[in-house]
Amino acid sequence: MKLNGDTSQFKIVAENLNLHYGDNHALKAVDLAINEREITALIGPSGCGKSTFLRCLNRMNDLIDEVQIQGRVIVDGKNIYDKDVDEVAVRKRVGMVFQQPNPFPKSIFENITYAPLKHKLVKKGTEAESLVESSLKSAGLWSEVKDKLHSPGTSLSGGQQQRLCIARTIAVKPTVILMDEPTSALDPISTGVIEDLMMQLREKFTIVIVTHNMQQAARISDATAYFHLGELVETGTTEDLFANPKEKLTQDYIRGRFG
Amino acid sequence: MSNNPFYDPSLKHRHRSAYMLKLLSRLSILFTLGFLLFFLFDMVRTALPATWQAYVQVEVSYSERAKKFTRTAVPKEYRKVVSRAWLRNIPRQMEEDPGLLGTTQLLWVLADDQVDQYLKGHYHNLKEKEIAFIERLKTENTIKLDWNGVFFNNGDSKIPEYAGIRSAIVGSVLTMLVTMAIAFPIGVMTAVYLEEFAKDNAFTHFIEVNINNLAAIPSILFGLLGLSVFINLFGLPRSTPLVGGMTLALMTLPIIIVSARAALRSVPASIRQAGYGLGLTKLDIVKDHVVPIAMPGILTGSIIGLAQAIGETAPLIIIGMIAFIPDTPQSIVEAATVLPAQVFTWAGMPERAYVEKTAAGIIVILVILISLNATAIYLRKKYETKW
Repeated sequence: MKLNGDTSQFKIVAENLNLHYGDNHALKAVDLAINEREITALIGPSGCGKSTFLRCLNRMNDLIDEVQIQGRVIVDGKNIYDKDVDEVAVRKRVGMVFQQPNPFPKSIFENITYAPLKHKLVKKGTEAESLVESSLKSAGLWSEVKDKLHSPGTSLSGGQQQRLCIARTIAVKPTVILMDEPTSALDPISTGVIEDLMMQLREKFTIVIVTHNMQQAARISDATAYFHLGELVETGTTEDLFANPKEKLTQDYIRGRFG
Repeated sequence: MSNNPFYDPSLKHRHRSAYMLKLLSRLSILFTLGFLLFFLFDMVRTALPATWQAYVQVEVSYSERAKKFTRTAVPKEYRKVVSRAWLRNIPRQMEEDPGLLGTTQLLWVLADDQVDQYLKGHYHNLKEKEIAFIERLKTENTIKLDWNGVFFNNGDSKIPEYAGIRSAIVGSVLTMLVTMAIAFPIGVMTAVYLEEFAKDNAFTHFIEVNINNLAAIPSILFGLLGLSVFINLFGLPRSTPLVGGMTLALMTLPIIIVSARAALRSVPASIRQAGYGLGLTKLDIVKDHVVPIAMPGILTGSIIGLAQAIGETAPLIIIGMIAFIPDTPQSIVEAATVLPAQVFTWAGMPERAYVEKTAAGIIVILVILISLNATAIYLRKKYETKW
């Protein structure tokens, strides 16, 4: 949603967000509001800044040298770039799932319990065990792995690994889950499973997904934002944006003229 | 030919060049292998006699007189045959076991090195009378070649049949313990800091260049540094495993740092990303994920550094670990020698009997090096992360 006046009803609000990689102006004055418990899709051609924008929402860009960020990103009413905000705490509340499934080379069990134990969300023993079960159930992986919780997470198939990564993210109890092209490394069947999973997760979490696949955006998202060369060109409900895009660039992209 | 659509006249020549290259590569490998095998064969052949040692059966009379004039403990004609070093030990034997006084015992005792060399068919300077005596003992079966326990149980000695490798082995082990205790933690922590925490700026580049240069410095310079800093400035005792280990640690550090950094760099960035995405701190990620994944590589690099340090002689000569040290060191602050220094010392000895001991010492070094490298391979295979 484009900003106009009161923004307090939104889960995430980016205001006049500018980002430079050295001399490269990668995000240009982006204003975007994201609703709670919806799936918001960020689409656009390669290099348009959609992944960069996503990584601003949990301060992952802070890890890159020579990045300068101006503007505000307000999550739950607090600017996460304020001086009194610790970026580690931000990433705990705003979890992230990556393009390549990246489970730790540890057991499935440890993959899930490692971060919650560090954050002291649960204690070792039965608490941790029930967290593993509930997280894997939420990620739709429980029935497939319940008999091999102590085998390495890396021994699973690609789609299962990605669901393990989602389960691992859920286990930290975030309120927002960012997904950076979560299915682009997966086959169509695994992709379908993950899309179904995202539809279920929408009931509990605010999800922001970057995708190259417009059909995917159309299938699963409630709102869509179209980026082009670092600018947010158009945003609206998915239905609206795909049915009658207002901007010429959006039209061309959606109709497949480029991208 | 012309009806073959795949015919290409240039191919024959190209295949032949490939074949020639393959042949040349194989020849060069064969050449290297040949030298290696020749070296190994020659070493083992020279070293093998050192596993046997001449012993002679003789009546030893533990009298009061033998305490003072140890030669009188054995019959006169045996005096050239029995080891002088063994005779020198008689007073100590009697001190340890006072019951021996006044008894006469028929014992197998260590023979002189000349006798030993004669029995092995090597060069010797025995007189004809002595040879005849030994031949008589042979027919009586009171002289024999037996397992040379002395070599593995004794320290160095100026009397060849009494010289052993033990003090050098213990010295090497103590020195390596000091080296690893210093170089491993410092090296790994330096690598972790440079790779994971340090900002990419001119100062880190400066440090990097210096570490790489350090790896290329001739080892004897490290010896000079050890001498001037550890011994002269800090006043640490010379010739000791402590100083030797510290000096070798300086030499091993760059190897450990460079290999540990390579191991850390090979950990996929996605693992770090995964950690950040879960709200973990940098320390959590490095300590519990990155370093464990890199550990097999770090260990391999460290063991290779250790193997290089074990074979190092030059810096240890400078800090005095080449000295004649007959006693096995009991701690890291006692004078000690190390294996390669021992080999170096023996190689310069005039007696023929030291030749086989030199070769045997080299074999001991080789066995230690090979087992270290095997350990490195085993650790890497066992603990490497399967993706």
